[in-house]
Amino acid sequence: MNIDFTEEEIRFQTEVREFLAGHYSEDIRSKRDEGIALTKDDMVRWQKVLYERGWFAVNWPVEHGGTGWTPLQKYIFARELAAVNAPPLIAFGVSMVAPIIYTYGNEAQKQRFLPDILASNVWWCQGYSEPGSGSDLASLKTRADRDGDHYVVNGTKTWTTLGQHADWIFCLVRTSTDVARRQEGISFLLIDMKTEGVTVRPIITIEGEHEVNEIHLEDVRVPVENLVGEEGKGWTYGKVLLQHERTNIAGVAVSQYRIDRLREKSRQSIHGAAPLSEDRNFVRKLAAIEVELKALEYTELRTLASVAVGKAPGPESSLLKIRGTEVQQAIDALMMEAAGYYALPYVPAQYALDFPDDDRIGFGAETSTSLRYFNNRKASIYGGSNEIQKNIIAKHVLGL
Amino acid sequence: MDFSLTDDQLILAGSIGRFIDAEYDFESRQQITVGDEGFSREMWATFAELGITAVPFAEEDGGLDGGPIELMLIMEQLGRGLVVEPYLANIVLAGGALRRAASSGQREKWLTPIIAGELHAALAFAEPQARYDIRNVATHAGAEGGGYVLRGSKTMILNGGAANMIIVPARTSGDTADEDGITLFIVPADARGVEISPYPTVDALQAADIDFNDVTVDESAVLGDVDKGFATLQAVIDEATLAISAEAVGIMQTMHEKTVEYSKNRSQFGVPIATFQALQHRMVDTMIACEQSRSLLYWSVMLSAANDPEARHSISALKYQVGTAGIEVAREAVQLHGGMGVTWELDIAHYFKRMTAIDAMFGNADFHLDRYIDTAPTS
Repeated sequence: MNIDFTEEEIRFQTEVREFLAGHYSEDIRSKRDEGIALTKDDMVRWQKVLYERGWFAVNWPVEHGGTGWTPLQKYIFARELAAVNAPPLIAFGVSMVAPIIYTYGNEAQKQRFLPDILASNVWWCQGYSEPGSGSDLASLKTRADRDGDHYVVNGTKTWTTLGQHADWIFCLVRTSTDVARRQEGISFLLIDMKTEGVTVRPIITIEGEHEVNEIHLEDVRVPVENLVGEEGKGWTYGKVLLQHERTNIAGVAVSQYRIDRLREKSRQSIHGAAPLSEDRNFVRKLAAIEVELKALEYTELRTLASVAVGKAPGPESSLLKIRGTEVQQAIDALMMEAAGYYALPYVPAQYALDFPDDDRIGFGAETSTSLRYFNNRKASIYGGSNEIQKNIIAKHVLGL
Repeated sequence: MDFSLTDDQLILAGSIGRFIDAEYDFESRQQITVGDEGFSREMWATFAELGITAVPFAEEDGGLDGGPIELMLIMEQLGRGLVVEPYLANIVLAGGALRRAASSGQREKWLTPIIAGELHAALAFAEPQARYDIRNVATHAGAEGGGYVLRGSKTMILNGGAANMIIVPARTSGDTADEDGITLFIVPADARGVEISPYPTVDALQAADIDFNDVTVDESAVLGDVDKGFATLQAVIDEATLAISAEAVGIMQTMHEKTVEYSKNRSQFGVPIATFQALQHRMVDTMIACEQSRSLLYWSVMLSAANDPEARHSISALKYQVGTAGIEVAREAVQLHGGMGVTWELDIAHYFKRMTAIDAMFGNADFHLDRYIDTAPTS
């Protein structure tokens, strides 16, 4: 056992730091630090910066444009990105559909889709959940009926994050109902959002923003060449994808960044008041969250270490999802608490960089604290709710 | 960053684990605890034969040059076996103080027989008024005739009843709560004026309160430097805190596993209780608590092994964790065992009591959360 980074890892860390110092653009950084939502253009611009350095598709196989990094390099990279509050990557293309395409797709699909995902030329969104199928995903009803060289797709997908920006959607659809198990007869289909019959309707979430959507598919004709892998095997592919999703979901580095910022802020006096850092109750709450997060960091490192010796991240990664989102939400709540009254003004117009400071109600970034707090209640619900994660651990780890 | 163990470390953990499985089952342990002394001298001699007592000491002292990692591996197994023999008192506490501060003469006289399992020792780290503050030393040592006269009271001295010698922090200068002015003394248990009141504790360990009624010792009794004993005392207590936290992780893991197993075998309403989702999720929570605690244990052990200045901070994080998550696991284990969980007959009850005692020892969860805050590296 040894806690030190190797010289090579330290060199790598320096390389990442230097790159970020030179290439993380000031305007995006300001928005991030002020808690202002990024535009599609901001997100794409940032992803292209990483792409040009060859550091966008961190987890992909090298042959498709991945990095070939060790798990620890990936950990260091994520930590350095978080340390400068860099935007999270939009996972749907690079982390979610791409692994399915390069693992199960045919050569033509790889050539057609992967380069544009790599270069962030095409924006993807996810079509899994349906109004009647949340945690019980296998009950999904969106149908894809074969008609010559096409599937005709009918149904509704929901909770489609940033679907308003998307060029393509990957969907789980039912291609057969004549099956022994509900999980059979589900296929993995790629759909161009410009196809006739695709309608995107916004869903406004609790904090008042437009982040997710409902997507209606009405007689949408999808060429059969957009089927990934075998018909009827979509559930298996989707499960693999969910595990990819879960390994990145702990968000340890970002949470540590937010704890550090919260601690920094707690030392400031607001309008002459005693700083929160002198309130032992607050300090102890912050410390308790930090201990939990430190534990999670080492749980993740232990998971990475077992990945490095060839074990796939298994159901244990559900643990990272559960605890990671719990810690995130605990930080959100403590930030609300720290902001006090200043967490309460709801003036959407002022969540913009060019909003004049003199007109701003409240106290700096505290005024957007509530957005994050309310919005992030989703964390314990998405990606398989935390209760579903517990079912997975109970069944596959504890054998209950 | 490397979590793997060396071959030697794997052999160490494996051999102790096998020894516990073969020779220290719960029934044997219960037999030992109702014996005259509450522990087995025979078993202790076996520990010495196996070399477990030698692990943390330097080769030149007759030890095996083990560090925090080896100590963790041993303590986790001792936790799993609910071992009552005084490893912590003899080896980690008294042995730890001697290892850090003793002269060569003192090493030969005291450390060698401790490692051989022939001599019992104790460290009197607590005083009645001090709660968890080891700076708070009111026991007074006055210089007199080339030696010292000790007067004061110590409490909760692990292995105090069996100990042949006691290491006593006493105040040679300064005020009651000062770091400076504490000196460690080696006091033979049969010295005139040493009044030992032994008692068992809730976790079936043995402790004692000891009064020092004008106990005279000569200069050779001083362990380390006069007035400068606190640094040694603190380092020893830190290591002991790490050690019982490793023990706690062993206990948590065992309680969790036994509970999962029990739930698969216990039927109610015609089905194993393992099929109830309310219980499944609680067992998932205890699994997560075990993993999270193990992670902090590794963090802390690796920092300690690297002599990192953040080690103390991490030990407090760990002790806070086992005092919260560990207690939670213990409570859930008892609850899920139902009525059986609260019987003296079942091992679960005794693991529960040991966890309870571990939280109270060397500072509870609240104490260590505060120390975690106060020892944070300045950023």
